[in-house]
Amino acid sequence: MLRLEPRAQTSALWRYASPLLALALTVALGVLLFVALGKDPVRGLQVFFWEPIKNAYAWSELIVKGTPLLLIALGLAVCFRSNVWNIGAEGQFVMGAIFAAGVALTADANTSSWFWLCILLAGVVGGMVWAGIAALLRDRFNANEILVSLMLVYVAVMVLNYLVYGPWKDPLGYNFPQTKTFEAVTQIPKLMQGLRVNVGVFMALAGVAGLWVFLFRTHAGFAQQVGGLAPDAARYAGFSSRKALWLAFLVSGGAAGLAGALEVAGPLRQLTPFVPAGYGFAAIIVAFVGRLNPVGMVFSALLMSMFYIGGELAQSRLGLPRSLTGVFQGLLLFNLLACDTLMNYRLRWMRAERTN
Amino acid sequence: MSESRLCLSNITKRYPAVVANDGVSLNVQPGEIHAVLGENGAGKSTLMKIIYGAVKPDAGDIRFNGQTVHIRNPQEARALGISMVFQHFSLFDTLSVAENVWLGLDKSLSLEQVSQKILEKASQYGLDIEPSRPVHTLSVGEMQRVEIIRALLSDPQLLILDEPTSVLTPQAVEKLFVVLRQLASEGRSILYISHKLHEIRALCTTCTVMRAGRVTGVCDPRQETNASLSQLMIGSLPPELQLRPQTAGAPVLKVQDLSLERDDPFGVDLHHIHLQVRAGEVVGIAGVSGNGQRELLRALSGEDTRAAHTSMVLADTAVGHWSPAKKREAGLHFVPEERLGRGAVPSLSLAQNLLLTRHEAVAQHGLLGLLGWLNLGSLQRQAQAIIARYQVKAGGADALAKSLSGGNLQKFLVGREIEAAPRLLIVSQPTWGVDVGASAQIRAALLALRDAGCAVLVVSEELEELLELSDRLHVIADGRLSPALSREQANVSLIGEWMSGLWQKEEAYHVAA
Repeated sequence: MLRLEPRAQTSALWRYASPLLALALTVALGVLLFVALGKDPVRGLQVFFWEPIKNAYAWSELIVKGTPLLLIALGLAVCFRSNVWNIGAEGQFVMGAIFAAGVALTADANTSSWFWLCILLAGVVGGMVWAGIAALLRDRFNANEILVSLMLVYVAVMVLNYLVYGPWKDPLGYNFPQTKTFEAVTQIPKLMQGLRVNVGVFMALAGVAGLWVFLFRTHAGFAQQVGGLAPDAARYAGFSSRKALWLAFLVSGGAAGLAGALEVAGPLRQLTPFVPAGYGFAAIIVAFVGRLNPVGMVFSALLMSMFYIGGELAQSRLGLPRSLTGVFQGLLLFNLLACDTLMNYRLRWMRAERTN
Repeated sequence: MSESRLCLSNITKRYPAVVANDGVSLNVQPGEIHAVLGENGAGKSTLMKIIYGAVKPDAGDIRFNGQTVHIRNPQEARALGISMVFQHFSLFDTLSVAENVWLGLDKSLSLEQVSQKILEKASQYGLDIEPSRPVHTLSVGEMQRVEIIRALLSDPQLLILDEPTSVLTPQAVEKLFVVLRQLASEGRSILYISHKLHEIRALCTTCTVMRAGRVTGVCDPRQETNASLSQLMIGSLPPELQLRPQTAGAPVLKVQDLSLERDDPFGVDLHHIHLQVRAGEVVGIAGVSGNGQRELLRALSGEDTRAAHTSMVLADTAVGHWSPAKKREAGLHFVPEERLGRGAVPSLSLAQNLLLTRHEAVAQHGLLGLLGWLNLGSLQRQAQAIIARYQVKAGGADALAKSLSGGNLQKFLVGREIEAAPRLLIVSQPTWGVDVGASAQIRAALLALRDAGCAVLVVSEELEELLELSDRLHVIADGRLSPALSREQANVSLIGEWMSGLWQKEEAYHVAA
């Protein structure tokens, strides 16, 4: 029988091999899933893993979805590394989109062409405000930040619905729950004509570099993480846990808010009830699959984005439900958690022992 | 000759990184108090867990009363007649004594019957205990009595005690020995695990010495000297400490009437603490753990800033409300009792752990200073220098803190704080769980620091250590600090009495007279 044996030291090899094995297992289970659904598994894999990267347009779409995932995950990595459990990035994303839309709706034909910067700034502020509520309640009343941040997601969605069904509804919109389309001047600069990908991707990549430097090369980043690794050591050193809490929430809220603003002023161009697309929750998976490492998260964000696009294609090409996206995301996360066992344990084949 | 009670032959247990027991044999006779002596990490605990069925050996035989046995779990061990009292008590604070004992017993008994049995055993062995008292109101010595009574209820033929005296005052140790001798006289065998030589020589009739997983000798400890036993235990003799007399300088730390309410329900309130540490002297604080040491140290280090601001004066500046970082800047450095998780982050490297209290590798000027940029090269060199100077056995500056043995990590942490050239160094349990060689080295480093004019405050439960290091000694009991004793006044029996708070009666007596 197979037995797990504890390793003397965490395996460096499996630290990197584990996500790859998890991906392989996810693919294998995906094949089984397609067969069980009576679909051609090769066609199914093609839809998920080849179609999203086969040409420039596909890459553009991949990046359009990967950018918000990466931005949010970067912020969440700061939280999770400092033992702050913000799982309400979805709400901060929605609030960022609302603030950004509020600013975008004030634009008219004479507005400066740099106005998009104000929109993004408003998004950042919106996300920070929403995350700040959770931080404040934690700081002042020791309220559990997991529950508070999660519940604020639903509050944010209600605020969004109130606005698009009420005061911000487009009077010329045939009573659809949506705001009017933003002025062209508010468009986030695109990288290429005809493709939806915009400068947001550079912001996310700058975030990757910035976070890497912060975490691994600055004293503040070190102090931030000690609180997560060993709270008593942080207290002993004199690193403030309150400062770490606020920084984690404001950075992650700001990043999620920025993602929301980029989304609404980029591809969406108006506020609708469909703004919350689950990026905030998927980013939790992105963060952990990427090992909370800024560079690792670039790859996991692209992978997660593939699943989003694959799910949509599976719907149109194969006639499968779009919830396949969630199935793949969940499979990947659970496989990763299972494979991580191998970092601290080795598998050993043992002959069954006689029990006397 | 009668059959041995317990006979182990060639027990071997391998762990991934280490062979904990390597061909260990052990023979215990009925009615014998048998010591197992060895340093931390010598393999004593693993061996006891094997006897108690908590760990399965890779090879070797166990015979109990002549029968070969395979003990698969502690229940089977108890059924055979083997009981164990662990070093760390497993009692629920909020339950009563009887309820705690009841938890491990046959469910058919009523609580009444359990209380009755406890009282029976208690009177039989003079282990005074009230079954209905909640455990959190007991002293540590009383908790140990509960554990011993619990072990005795199953009427064991072999009783294993793991470091039973580490939490007791010298007087309480004497009482425990009386009980153990009575148990042995009834024909029960006792396995006594310890690293304290004088206790083993006073109590035990046979001694098995272990070093690095092997048995290095079996002897009659009454015939041996401390020196010959420690030779067997560590393979060499630690160097004698040279204590040079020195006149102390100006006061560095003054604690004036420090009172502090506990911040957790099982903590201790501090009452009117007065304490002074001068430059160039070592002040020791003795006491049984859980008498306010933790609370006092947290207040002194700045981890607890609730104390009155003026109750603590560091070189003429009131510092009661200062954070640990600010106190450290003013020259107060602290080595805590818990090395992993408080003094060091287990999952970070030694070099990174320097950053908890040292800032030499952090850029101070210009743009990089604004960022708090880390100079990894100089951090690495700084760690390597400490590793070399304090002879820390580690896989270099990048070794994770948790990969080091207790003694080596402690050498690194003490080195980290000493190298910062403090004005006042506070050390808690400097050699707790540290092997003899490293202990001697750490103590020598503390004395060298004192000779260099630094003020040193040592809090320890090891009386011998304090008598060796301190110029002056205080005793802490129930959140109160005794008056200071000079090195000449201090002796084991007086301090032992004071550990139970008895100086207060004496003071009252003096006032009356």
